[in-house]
Amino acid sequence: MSGDHHGSSAISERVRHVEALLEARGLVDEGEIDRRIDEFLAGGSPANGARITARAWVDPGFRDRLLADANAAIREVGLSMAGGLQEQRLKVVANTEDEHNVVVCTLCSCYPIALLGPSPAWYKSEAYRSRVVRDPRGVLEEFGLELPAATRISVWDASAESRYLVVSRRPEGTDGMSEEELAGLVTRKGLIGTAAV
Amino acid sequence: MSRINDVGGMVGFPAIAEEPDEPAFHADWEAHVLALNAALIRRGVYNLDEFRDAIERMEPAAYLASSYYEKWFTAITTLLVEKGVATPEELAATGDAAGA
Repeated sequence: MSGDHHGSSAISERVRHVEALLEARGLVDEGEIDRRIDEFLAGGSPANGARITARAWVDPGFRDRLLADANAAIREVGLSMAGGLQEQRLKVVANTEDEHNVVVCTLCSCYPIALLGPSPAWYKSEAYRSRVVRDPRGVLEEFGLELPAATRISVWDASAESRYLVVSRRPEGTDGMSEEELAGLVTRKGLIGTAAV
Repeated sequence: MSRINDVGGMVGFPAIAEEPDEPAFHADWEAHVLALNAALIRRGVYNLDEFRDAIERMEPAAYLASSYYEKWFTAITTLLVEKGVATPEELAATGDAAGA
C-alpha cells in the first residue's frame, strides 16, 4: 500500500544504478541531482500559504482579488505558481460560516507545492483520495474537525493544470494581532482544509 | 475506462494514517527519484504528461503495492525503455552494478 517504505535498500541500489547510467550517457550532470533536491526542499513551505491567508484576513480588497484571480493576487505577496515544470492555475476558496472547503487530488498527488512545500504522505494515500470525496464529513472528523451539521462541505479535486488552496475563517479573539502573528496561526492542514485553521 | 489511479469514491481502503513530524522524504533514494525525474523532464527525454500517464498505466496490483516514489521510479524506468534511452537489462541493477 502506498505510504509503506518497504524494500528500501533494494530500491536504493536500483535508483543509484539508473542514476549512474544516466550520468554516463550525459542525460544527468554531475552534481545536478543534489542541486535539484536542494532546490525542491527550498522551493516552498506552508509559511507561504499562511502569508496569503493572513493577508486575506486583514485586507478585504486582497481577499476579493485572491478569490477572483489567485495567480495574479499572490504576486502581490511575492509568490507565483510559475516556478515548477509548468505554470499551474490556482483557485483559492474561502471558508465561511456556511461552507467549509477541502482539497484532494483523487487521481494522484497534485498540490500547490510552491505555497505549501512537499505534501504529506496522507494527502497522497489511496485512503484519503478515495474516501474524502465519498464521505468528507467522516474524513474531517477523523482529522479532529467536527463541523456543524448545517455547514456545507465542498471538496475540490486538483488536477495537473489546476491547484487549490483553502483560506480558513479567521479565529475569534485575534483582532489585536499583527499580520505576521496571524500567519503563525495557519497550519498546513488548514490550507488543505483538514483543519479549521 | 478508468485506471487504477482513479480511486475517488472507491471503497475498501483503510483509515487515513497521519505521521507526526513527517520528513519530506523517508529515504535518500526518494529524493533522488524526484530529482532524476525533474532532470529528465528538463532535458526533454519525456514530458510531465507522459510521466503521469506512465504511473497511471501501471498494472493495478503493482500500483497498489507500490509506495509513492516506487511508482515514480517505475514510471521513469518504463519511459527510459520506451524512449530508447536504455534497455530493461541495462536498467536492472546486476550483482556487479549493485556493488553487493
